[in-house]
Amino acid sequence: MKRAADKKVIEELQRQILKLQGNQPLADQTQSLGLGPVEQAFPGKVFPRAAVHELISNSTESASCTNGFLSVVLSALLQQTGSCLWISTRRTLFPPALKTFGIEPDRILFVDVPTVKKALWVMEEALKCKALTAVVGEFTALRFDESRRLQLAVEQSKVTGFVHRFQPKIENTVACTSRWKITSLVSTLPDDLPGVGFPRWNIDLLKVRNGKPASWQVQWSPQHGLTYIDASTSVVPEIYTRSTA
Amino acid sequence: MTRILAIVFPHLMTDWILRRQPELKDVPFVLAIAERGRRVVKAVNSIAQTKGVYTEMVVADCKAIVPELQVLDYDAAQPQKLLTALAEWCIRYAPIVSIDLPNGLLLDSSGCTHLWGGEEMYLKTIQERFQKIGYSTQLAISDTIGCSWGVCRFGKISSIVPSGKQAHALSSLPPTALRLEEVIVERLQKLGLQSIQQFSSMPRTALRRRFGAGLLTRLDQAMGNELEFLLPVKPISPYEERLPSMEPILTATGIELALKQVLETLCQRLSQENKGLRVCAFICHRLDGTSQTIEVGTNRPSRNPKHLFNLFEIKIQEIEPDLGIELFVLQAPVVEELQNTQDALWAVNNANEAAIAELLDRIAGKTGTAAIHRYLPTEHYWPERSIQSTTSLTEKKTSDWRTDLPRPLHMLAKPEPIEVSVPIPDYPPLLFNYKGVLHTVKKADGPERIEQEWWTDKSEYRDYYCLEDEHGGRYWVFRLGDYFTGDPKWFIHGFFA
Repeated sequence: MKRAADKKVIEELQRQILKLQGNQPLADQTQSLGLGPVEQAFPGKVFPRAAVHELISNSTESASCTNGFLSVVLSALLQQTGSCLWISTRRTLFPPALKTFGIEPDRILFVDVPTVKKALWVMEEALKCKALTAVVGEFTALRFDESRRLQLAVEQSKVTGFVHRFQPKIENTVACTSRWKITSLVSTLPDDLPGVGFPRWNIDLLKVRNGKPASWQVQWSPQHGLTYIDASTSVVPEIYTRSTA
Repeated sequence: MTRILAIVFPHLMTDWILRRQPELKDVPFVLAIAERGRRVVKAVNSIAQTKGVYTEMVVADCKAIVPELQVLDYDAAQPQKLLTALAEWCIRYAPIVSIDLPNGLLLDSSGCTHLWGGEEMYLKTIQERFQKIGYSTQLAISDTIGCSWGVCRFGKISSIVPSGKQAHALSSLPPTALRLEEVIVERLQKLGLQSIQQFSSMPRTALRRRFGAGLLTRLDQAMGNELEFLLPVKPISPYEERLPSMEPILTATGIELALKQVLETLCQRLSQENKGLRVCAFICHRLDGTSQTIEVGTNRPSRNPKHLFNLFEIKIQEIEPDLGIELFVLQAPVVEELQNTQDALWAVNNANEAAIAELLDRIAGKTGTAAIHRYLPTEHYWPERSIQSTTSLTEKKTSDWRTDLPRPLHMLAKPEPIEVSVPIPDYPPLLFNYKGVLHTVKKADGPERIEQEWWTDKSEYRDYYCLEDEHGGRYWVFRLGDYFTGDPKWFIHGFFA
């Protein structure tokens, strides 16, 4: 009985601390985004929306996996009505493929800018616009002060921001809520059928504010969304395996 | 009743020279231009004219008559420039002014003369003003362009032709006063027809047969039987709309209504001229004589009243009507050409879209319109042609996005060549080398053959394969052509998630 009461007090304290840290949950944020295992790592087991998430990819293969995972999150965020701005300095995203991840490609506005500086300007302006649901920025460099500007913008507007950094020179500290790394895993089809299966990823949540960093191996399919891979059937190359932190 | 004032400057070019070089005032001088290996006089000042020098004379002959004659260069383009400037200045006397080369102006003075106290005073004022700035003029006012033109150049009687008395005024004038071609004038003279009255009452058929329809047209125009219009030189009027109100306006709603109305008219005019405004000021003149101004700027030329109204809307609160506003003025001091119509982009349905449109407005101002893309599906299998960019925020797709065929999430703008080793034709590769990295293919799907559209391009078909290597990287590669007709090339085109 006493233990239960203690737990309640601790939960209340945790909530107060979160509030003090500017991590205020939104009114409609209680419901799950349907991201399955990934949501467990965040404070309160809710994916933080009024935040900027940082995703790092180091190869062209993992860049497409990262955008694949990003599209899954985006489609959950956008639902039926949201709109999204996709800012990029060197875009290779092929819009029709977003449809397979449940996003209507014509609901996304692409802004292609030549320099990181302009991309950051557009990103900050976009993050201040409350009418948008999410903003994605694809560029390499992001300084700490720049990331803080983005963070301050989202705290006002409650827009979700994603910064996808492709092959950054250094993985410097930034003021983003989380840092992700997504790499590809070998896919499998049931009964050893030939052909390429559904995308499988190794998701590394390297940093998360007030949460628990973790690593998952997941498969994404249009029917079931993100699901844990059954360890017995998955072939995980050694270079990608990470212990849960 | 139309009243046309014709002004002729007998010494237009020499008067202009005198204005700049007053020391030539008492000197006979001419303006000459080189023509067929000699110098021909094009303009003569009054002193030289009294000594017997006329235009179209050769300079050498003139020098023989008047040895002290000064010869200056004549600029053939100058009269037009000068007349245009004078015409714009003349807009103070009549709204419609047209230039009449080589040395005249035509003013539509209908309804203007009473402001100067009648036609006589009107003519006097104009003549005096021109005299003051150094131009000698001859003026005539009548019902028609033709009559005024003739009377001011050749008339000896009063320069005011009463309404409907053109025939009388023109009767004693030579045929040249009708603005006729040289050939017709010569033929008339040859026949001994020295004044207009001698032939004006002749049967029209006879005149047409002998002199052509041109003479009849000119005669009719001068007499007022045929309509003739002036081509006004209009200086670009400032982009301004005014809205006076019967009762002083006190409420924000009233101001909004007024603003909407003036914006609508101004934008209509801008869209006719294919322009958009960059800066717009809304000035409210209050009853107590002071005025209140709110100003907005756009990042790119805009002529969408809704968008502009939204920009103004926030600032309407700043206006203090006090006793009331009696006059609204909307000015667009900075106006630019609009490159392509983007009206649809601002066609907003809800508040969210308006906010996004405004955001895009700001982004476009920073990065240019070309940076913003929105894609719609098109019915093509060829991957590069399966999407099209649209500038509109609201354009609906005409067909659905397809999900039945695998398409990579990342696609290279241009397929890049790879080196492959393939077991037998039509099989996926076993290995491929992309950018110096060797990938061993573990799993493969395909081929998906995409034929080139023969009506757009005649190149080889592509056989697409989805490949997965030993590390789980998923690729979209294709073979261009087949092994039967030659050595096909392999390309990588995309990366799956």
